[in-house]
Amino acid sequence: MNKIKCECGHVNPEGTVLCEACGKPIEGNQHIDGNDKKLLLNMRYEGSARRSQTYRKSIIDKVWSFFSSVKVGVWLIVIALVASMIGTLFPQQQFIPQNAESRDPAVYYEAQFGIIGKIYYELGFHEMYSSWWYLLLLGLIGVSLVICSLDRFIPLYKALKIQKPKRHETFLNRQRLYSETEAVSETEIEQVKERLRKQRYKITEQNGHILAEKGRFSRWGPYVNHIGLIIILLAAILRSTPIMFTDEYVWVREGETTVIPGTKGEYYIENKKFYVDYHNPEDERFKDAIEQSGMVESNFQTDAVIYKDTNTGLPGAESELEKILEYPIRMNQPAKFDGYTLYQSGYQPNEFSSMTFKIHETDDEDATAVDSFTVDLFEPESEYILDNGFRIEMEQYYPDYYLDDDGEPASETNFPRNPAFVFLVYPPESSSPEVSFIGIGRNVDATGENEYKIGIQDFETHFVSGLTLRVDRTLIFFGLGAAIFMIGVIQGMYWQHRRVWIHPKNNGLLLAAHTNKNWFGLSKDIEKAIEKTNIKMVEDRQELDK
Amino acid sequence: MDLVNLSSNLLFVAFILYLIATLFFGATIRDKRSKRNGKEIAGKIGITITIIGFLAQLGYFITRWMASGHAPLGNMFEFVTFLGMAMVLAFIIIYFMYRLSFLGLFALPLAMIMIAYASMFPSELAPLVPTLNSNWLYIHVSTVAVGQGILFISFVAGLMYLIKQIDQRKRTKKNTWLELVLYSIFLFIGFIVSSTIFSIMDYEATFEYQDGTQILETEYRLPPIAAPNNGELLTDGVREPWFEAPAWMQGADAGRKFNTVIWSVITGTIIYGLTVLTLRKRVGAALQPLLRGVKADLLDEIMYRSVAIGFPIFTLGGLVFAAIWAQIAWGRFWGWDPKEVWALITWFFYAAFLHLRLSRGWHGEKSGWLAVIGFGIILFNLIVVNLILAGLHSYA
Repeated sequence: MNKIKCECGHVNPEGTVLCEACGKPIEGNQHIDGNDKKLLLNMRYEGSARRSQTYRKSIIDKVWSFFSSVKVGVWLIVIALVASMIGTLFPQQQFIPQNAESRDPAVYYEAQFGIIGKIYYELGFHEMYSSWWYLLLLGLIGVSLVICSLDRFIPLYKALKIQKPKRHETFLNRQRLYSETEAVSETEIEQVKERLRKQRYKITEQNGHILAEKGRFSRWGPYVNHIGLIIILLAAILRSTPIMFTDEYVWVREGETTVIPGTKGEYYIENKKFYVDYHNPEDERFKDAIEQSGMVESNFQTDAVIYKDTNTGLPGAESELEKILEYPIRMNQPAKFDGYTLYQSGYQPNEFSSMTFKIHETDDEDATAVDSFTVDLFEPESEYILDNGFRIEMEQYYPDYYLDDDGEPASETNFPRNPAFVFLVYPPESSSPEVSFIGIGRNVDATGENEYKIGIQDFETHFVSGLTLRVDRTLIFFGLGAAIFMIGVIQGMYWQHRRVWIHPKNNGLLLAAHTNKNWFGLSKDIEKAIEKTNIKMVEDRQELDK
Repeated sequence: MDLVNLSSNLLFVAFILYLIATLFFGATIRDKRSKRNGKEIAGKIGITITIIGFLAQLGYFITRWMASGHAPLGNMFEFVTFLGMAMVLAFIIIYFMYRLSFLGLFALPLAMIMIAYASMFPSELAPLVPTLNSNWLYIHVSTVAVGQGILFISFVAGLMYLIKQIDQRKRTKKNTWLELVLYSIFLFIGFIVSSTIFSIMDYEATFEYQDGTQILETEYRLPPIAAPNNGELLTDGVREPWFEAPAWMQGADAGRKFNTVIWSVITGTIIYGLTVLTLRKRVGAALQPLLRGVKADLLDEIMYRSVAIGFPIFTLGGLVFAAIWAQIAWGRFWGWDPKEVWALITWFFYAAFLHLRLSRGWHGEKSGWLAVIGFGIILFNLIVVNLILAGLHSYA
């Protein structure tokens, strides 16, 4: 490393543009910050030695310089922006509407949006936000954040720490706010110092050279807010691990107690009752709106009881449920217990709980019941022996009946949403059964020779409540990241780092000042400080970029 | 209901007051002969009337809240009206920071267009759906609106900067783009004018169409130029549509919305055309002399300042509070819903704005264009995402 010794005696690291201590421009390095073509010094990073601007030979240097460029960072952001926009053009896979003719993405996009939809699907935009390249893009933005911050923060911090009140003359006369005064008295300088102090400047002195400084911490604002963003990105990575994040869904019907998935069998939920409430259509206030839009729900609620199994230690041991929480779970009011959170997420109306069938003679036009039986759809029995001597065998049970692609009867789910049955009916004293197929709106006599017919006499329904279980231990990090980000933004945006230098020269002095923003405010400060003295007001020599 | 009437009357009063205030702000420019004093008085009267108007609108908000039992932030009408109010509030704040009366001449009419736009949506009191039934509704929505209101001021200042600085002597690429921005404001006016005319005429036509596996009905309030895809006209005695909306436009009422867009473009273009014919020059060129007396630096400063203030507020409301509420309501703080994505896009965009400005020195004109585009993104998120891209935020 080629250290650079300045005439003031301070030894600067290689690549320094302005001496860290006295600010004298270091010859041969002025092109780095573009000072060679301008009168004013570029003060953004105090002329400190940044790795990205100093070492550019090895691969690592090149990668470092690449990511430390704000231009590259902004480009990454722009690419992410455009990609995100494209991702909202058509619905993402999880948002394909329920009533779409086909929810299979391979079919849906082309059918709905034509050739553009097909391209959208083929390129993977339908699940873009979890695609490798989108995550890579976010990762690169993260890398850019870290490298940009390190590249600038460390040298800037050092330079501001090392800075001396005594500055080289060139440093002062190449500042934006600058003036020279021929003759100034000692008392006047004292007066200025006092007034600056009153405006909460911190004054340091060295052989009559004065530095008045305030708001240095605002220079750290950008780095603080970027730390916040880095924490958020790290939290997002953590979230993809199961220890930190669990996401399960449980359906529980009214009256049922079931184990909650994702809790290692430790917790159970009982759904005592589920409600869907509606806004009263007679309500004077909302009458018109409800008339136009139809009924509006006012509440989804599961009256839930949460149990903890206290006997999970022994494998195979019978569970012993201990009630730990009774809570009405609603939208915006999830139930919380032992780090788990249960959200009301959906419901299934009118699921069948039981069905009662009657048997009548096929010829009987009034369909007078000869006998009847009730099937519990959750615990159906294989055989029902009736009072009048009938015996019914349940040959097949399809809880959620549909015809599959081959035209064979099958069950789409295990939930009794559209139950259908094949019963073998043994009339009294008979050993040869009659076969009946029965479901909702279906009643088929396979042979056409049945003496007895089965019909649905009655049924009971219930609601099934859908609840999402979440464990998210990363929330605290997201919260922390967001808080740090906000603090950083405020710190950097609403305070300014202001400095005023006074440099005695012969009988007079040089006066220069710098701020990272709001030059107008700084001028006001100086105006106040030098009021009624001989010191000349600084001149604003801003050079506008073309 | 008396409170509801009172509420809508207050909104109307606010609208009229903003109009009057605009005239006073206009008076601060015109007269070169009048003395500085006169201009200052006109500006003071203007801001006073603006504040009274704002209080009237606040009255609208409070009385409507009392009438419905929940803060009126639940649908498009209520939110957009609130956004208009936030824009006026942002203007008042910025006015007291910089005392620039000219800003009112541009900011108030645009805020008025926003409020008029809101009133094109159904304005009956509507009950709150369970998802929205949370205190976070107030916190999230109002912070977002205030953030966007302040960013709106950066748009206004940026637009004024561009109108002032872009050379209008002959047609260039730049002044054509600027004209396009101004033209798009006319499209809003077109929407408002055509909706108002046909609503006064009580126009109605019903279509039946298929959406996925459902058969739905949709009511047109504007004569159908485009019918819903595979739609069938049910109403007798109305003009037949010219063509059908393309099949890829999906979601509820896609055809009707497309039809509304067509009407807005037609009406807006006619109004724009008439304006240009009357002025005999580009609208940008006609506005330019009004801004002769304003310092470009000051506009640039206002543009930056309002982003500096609006960006953190928007971040807080549109991302942080939004995420907290989403966590409480849906159990996930982020779900790549189109509305969320566009809030993120907005945030990224203004982050880029600040980076380009603070570390790459994009001041003045470049900054001005960015401020205009940024607000365009906000409007896109408000209008296109809510009404066209399906998602969790589709209220209206």
